[in-house]
This record gives sequence, C-alpha cells and structure tokens, in this order.
Amino acid sequence: MLSIQNLKVAIEGKVILKSISLEVRPGEIHAIMGPNGSGKSTLAAVLAGRSYPQILEGTVTWFGRNLLEIPPEERSREGIFLGFQYPIEIPGVSMVNFMKTAVNEHRKYKGLEPLSASDFLKLMREKKELVEIDSKLANRSVNEGFSGGEKKKNEIFQMAMLEPKLAILDETDSGLDIDALRIVANGVNKLKRPDNSVIVITHYQRLLDYIIPDFVHVLYDGRIVKSAGKELALELEEKGYEWIKKEVNNQA
Amino acid sequence: MNARSEITEKYLQLYQANIGRIEKSSPAFINSFRSEAIQKFEQLGIPTRKNEAYRYTDLEIFFKHEFKNIFVPGKSDYLKAERFRCDITDLDAHGVVLVNGFYPSITEKMRQLPGGAWIGSLKEAFVRFKDIVENHYGKYAKSESDGLIHLNTAMASDGVFVYVPEGSNLDKPVQVVNIVDSEDDIFNQHRNLIVIGENAVFTVIICDHTLSPNKFLTNAVTEIYVGPHARFNIIRVQNEHNNACKITHTFIHQEKGSYASSNNITLHGGLVRNSTYHFLGGRGAETKSLGLFLTDKWQHIDNFVNVDHASPDCTSNQLFKGVLDDMATGAFNGRIYVAPDAQNTNAYQRNNNILLTEDAKMDTKPQLEIYADNVKCSHGATVGQLDEDALFYLQSRGIDQREAKLMLMFGFAHEVIQNIEVEPLRERIDSLVMQRLRGELSRCASCMVKCG
Repeated sequence: MLSIQNLKVAIEGKVILKSISLEVRPGEIHAIMGPNGSGKSTLAAVLAGRSYPQILEGTVTWFGRNLLEIPPEERSREGIFLGFQYPIEIPGVSMVNFMKTAVNEHRKYKGLEPLSASDFLKLMREKKELVEIDSKLANRSVNEGFSGGEKKKNEIFQMAMLEPKLAILDETDSGLDIDALRIVANGVNKLKRPDNSVIVITHYQRLLDYIIPDFVHVLYDGRIVKSAGKELALELEEKGYEWIKKEVNNQA
Repeated sequence: MNARSEITEKYLQLYQANIGRIEKSSPAFINSFRSEAIQKFEQLGIPTRKNEAYRYTDLEIFFKHEFKNIFVPGKSDYLKAERFRCDITDLDAHGVVLVNGFYPSITEKMRQLPGGAWIGSLKEAFVRFKDIVENHYGKYAKSESDGLIHLNTAMASDGVFVYVPEGSNLDKPVQVVNIVDSEDDIFNQHRNLIVIGENAVFTVIICDHTLSPNKFLTNAVTEIYVGPHARFNIIRVQNEHNNACKITHTFIHQEKGSYASSNNITLHGGLVRNSTYHFLGGRGAETKSLGLFLTDKWQHIDNFVNVDHASPDCTSNQLFKGVLDDMATGAFNGRIYVAPDAQNTNAYQRNNNILLTEDAKMDTKPQLEIYADNVKCSHGATVGQLDEDALFYLQSRGIDQREAKLMLMFGFAHEVIQNIEVEPLRERIDSLVMQRLRGELSRCASCMVKCG
C-alpha cells in the first residue's frame, strides 16, 4: 500500500532524511525506532503532508499514486492518519464540531451522505468507549486544557472515528504514564484489522510490549540502518543505540 | 487654542440654526444641559487624529458630508417606526425599535414589562419618572477630550429609557433595534438612559442596522447606572453597510458589589467607533468589556475602552478580538486607570487580532495608569496570522483548507461570544458569525427583526 523509495528530505536546507526505503503492506505493523534527531518525526511529517520538508529525491506511492502530490486533507480521506507527537490545542473549536466535519468530509469523499446528528453522536459514543476517553472531553474545545495523556488518547479517539488504512503514530507513547500507555495501546490493538496497517514511531521499546510489531526498523542519521523482527526492539532496549551507531560508523 | 476647524464650525452653525426647534420639543431638564455642552463642544471640536483617543480613526470624511438632520421627527418618521415594531414578536425578547434615533410614539410611550421594568421613550420618562431621570441624566457621560459626547448632549432629544426597579429580575432580555432608514443621507444623534436598581438583573441587546443604502452618520450616547449588587449585560450587535458611520459612547456606572458586562459584536460596518466607559464606583464591583469584529474591504473598526477603578476590591476584564480581511483597518485602545485608594484591584486586558491579508492593518494600544500599590494587572496584545500548525492539524483529519480556516476563525471569535450569558442569543450570534465568515451574511439574514 505504501512504498517509499530512496527518499531524501531537507528542512531549511539541512538534509535530514538521506535515503529511506520502506514497504508497508496491508495488515502489517512496523515500528520505526531511533535516537533523537535521527529523522523519525520528519518522516512522519512528509507522510502526513506538511509543507516545510523539501523533497530532494525519491518517491512515495500510495496504492500506486504519487503520495507527495496529494494535499494533506485528501491523504486523510484516502486513509492515512497521523497521530501527532504534540497534538494542537484549538480553542473555540469543539471536538464534536471538529469530528463531525472530519467524518462527513470522509463520507463525502466516498460518495456517502453526511451522518445525521443522532447517528453521529452514537458513533462518537461507541468510539469513546472503545478508547476509554472521558465523555466530557468530547464536549470541550479540541485539546484545550487536556493533560498530556488526554491529548494522546484523543489522537487515538480521532483514529477510531476515521478508521484509517494506515495509522502513523508519532511518539504517541512519549509523556504517558503506564496506565495511559496501556489505554492508548489497547485502543490501537482494538482498531487493528487484517487489512489495515500501523507505523509506530517511538524512541522506547515499552509501547512495543503492547503493540507487537511485525518489523522493527532503526532509523539513524537519516537512513534505515537495520531492519528485523520484533526481537530487535528488545535488543535495543537492552543495549541502547550505541552499538548501532558504532556499527554504522565502522562501515563508513 | 487652535483655530476651530471648518467642520467643527459647521456643526456649531447647525446647532445655532436648530436649537430653537430642538428645545421646543424637548423636556426642560435636557435643555438645561445644552448650552454648557455646546461650549464644551466648541472647545474640543470634532475629534481629529491629533486627539490621542482618535489617533487611528479619521472621522472627517463623514463629518464633512452634507447630511439631512431630523431633530424633530415628523409623522412619517413615527409611522416608519410603528411598522417595524410589529415584526419582532417572534424573538424571545421584549423589543423596541428606534428608527433614525426616534422612539415610536404613536401608541404607548411607556410600558411595563413582566418582572416590573419600565421601557419607553426618554422624552416620556421625564413625565413619568421625573426624579429618576433627573438623578441620572447627564451624570455619567462626561469627557474632557471627546467633543462628540458634548455634541450629543447639546442636540439629542430622544432615545430609549429603561428603568429596572430595585430587586426586579426580567424573564427575558430587552432588545433595542436601531434602524437607519431614509431616502436621504442623514445624521442622527440619540440618547439612551438605563437605570438599574439595587439587586436587579437586566440584559439589553442593542442591534444597529441600516436598511437603505444611503450614507448615514450616527453619534449615540448611552448612560447606564448599575445599582448596588445589580447584574447587567449589554450586548451590541452591529451590522451596517459600508456607507454608514456609527459612533457609540456607552457609559456604565457601577455601584458596590455590582456586575456588568459589555459586548460589542461588529459584524459589518463602514466606519465604526465604539467607546465604552466603565466606572467602578463602589467596593467589590466587577466589570467585563468584550468586543469582536470581523471586517473586510475598506471597513474600519475602532474600539476604545476606558476602565476606571475608582474603588477598592474591584475586578475588570477586557477581551477584544478582530479578524481583518482585504485592506480593512482596525484599532483598539484600552485604558485602565486605578485610583490611589483602589487597593486590591484586579485588572486584565487582552487584545488579539488576525490579519488575513498583507494589506489589512491593526493598531493596538494599551494604556495603564496605576496609582494604587496592591494591584494585579496584566495586558497583552497580538496581531498575527492564523496558526499554521492548527490549520494543518484540521487538514490532516480530512478537512479542506478553506473549511479549516473558517473553523479556526470561528474558534477565535467564539472566545468572545462564549461570554454572552443569554444562551439563545449566544447561539444566534455564533451562527451569525459563521455566516459572516462564510460570506453569506446579507442584510436580511443578519437582521434579528426578520422583516424580510
């Protein structure tokens, strides 16, 4: 579904991603791990369609279409979801209005009628229960005054509402206590279907105790330097990133 | 002393030529203020940009225009007002319509509302509530710098009078609809007086509308007395066309333990200047001054606020927001004055503006004068663009850019609207603002009178 080939990306003239290639097929869970500053969030930003990264080389296709030419709102309607590392607070815009607009834009794209008010509220209720989000949060402005954990749960709630084909979770585990982490991970697992995929971007292994990846990739210095099964995550947890850095530097 | 400007001279002559007629149709008590007021006006003149309080607003283009003046209304003016009175019955408020500044007087000139309040024409109030009017009229509208307030005192003869006796609590707000409708270009000055007794609760909505496309100039003064422990809200909704100039001066005098809020929502208007004066005249009073404007084309909106902490233990909050499109311009001037013995004062001010184009322009100026020691005071102003991160966040959920921008602007505006305590009105204004942002607001869609 997603195919990244030799992607090279700069931000403000500085090359951050040097050469990234990655294939994600339906149903797969990929974990992208790596030390700070390795380019993990830049990769997420490119996939979600932010305008600031400059694409220097390479291709990204989504079911054969050039993803890089698709505006962010259409990527979302096409089934790509980004869980933000730092969800944005939007005072004055209610969660209900936000999600209703988003869900109906998705429906319009699929040629469906907008949901009625009561069907929409029913859908919200179901999804709130699924991700164990406090029902009061949904009555507030988007992320305004939410705690760190509430913001991350709210990302998973939005994911549940939009049912993406590919969810990219950018450091969703950062700043979460163990209970919130479990809720977030359970949410992701409950939403998992045989045909949808997840890219988990994380610094630590602990989220991968709950969301079991099929593949673990190590991103370092703008490249994927190692790919293996879930056991790689444990090895990283045990030994840290130093041995990888050493290995890469020796090769160079 | 500067030589008087030509424009000021013109209005002095207008006064001389008409004062006989005006006085003949006005109560003696109102007339007793006129000669001093016109002297003050002569000194101060029509404000120019040299006046610090009008630095960002040029009134000349309107004041030099030749207007027709209706100082004493004829029968047809009353008839026009009558016609409108019938149409507001479906709004859940007690309605009053002023056409070109005059209270409709063919039928009852003063009526009592459920809850005990009285509403009627200012002129009639001198007959029925002589003592009350004489205790309050001309007491609060004072200025050493703004000649327009004195011009109003010198020449105005009518407006709305509301009296809410001690302890009254109205079930519904009062809605005053100011309509300007004439075949001629007209200048009008009206004068409102609202007196709220001890422990009373009262909300007034003032809607400013223009119905015909002529050039209009309005210079209105409203004096409000909020008695001890009373609660009062004034919400002004302005929707006038690009040829109209609306100048309002609102004076809110508060006694101890009272609460007042003022909210100026300007959806549309050629040139709008709202001056709101809050006088905290008793211990423990609280006041809120809010405003929101949405402008485009060549419109200019200026909000001037003066909060006078004359007593200890008072709290004031100012929140003004503006969205400026095209080459629209705006100004905010917010003054906080804390008197030497006004200890334990809390005074806050915030002004946030969004410029949607590079040609739009906003001037914002806080002015703090604090003479007491124990004061908590803060102010902040921003002029910027829509938040790119927030825009992307909405887009990343499938919302297209245009809709996302609308949602952000609406959210920005809603922070002011959410303070409106009357729920149906809050929802109505939310929807009016949304329509305005979508460019769907026509004169009729916005008009609460729903005469269309």
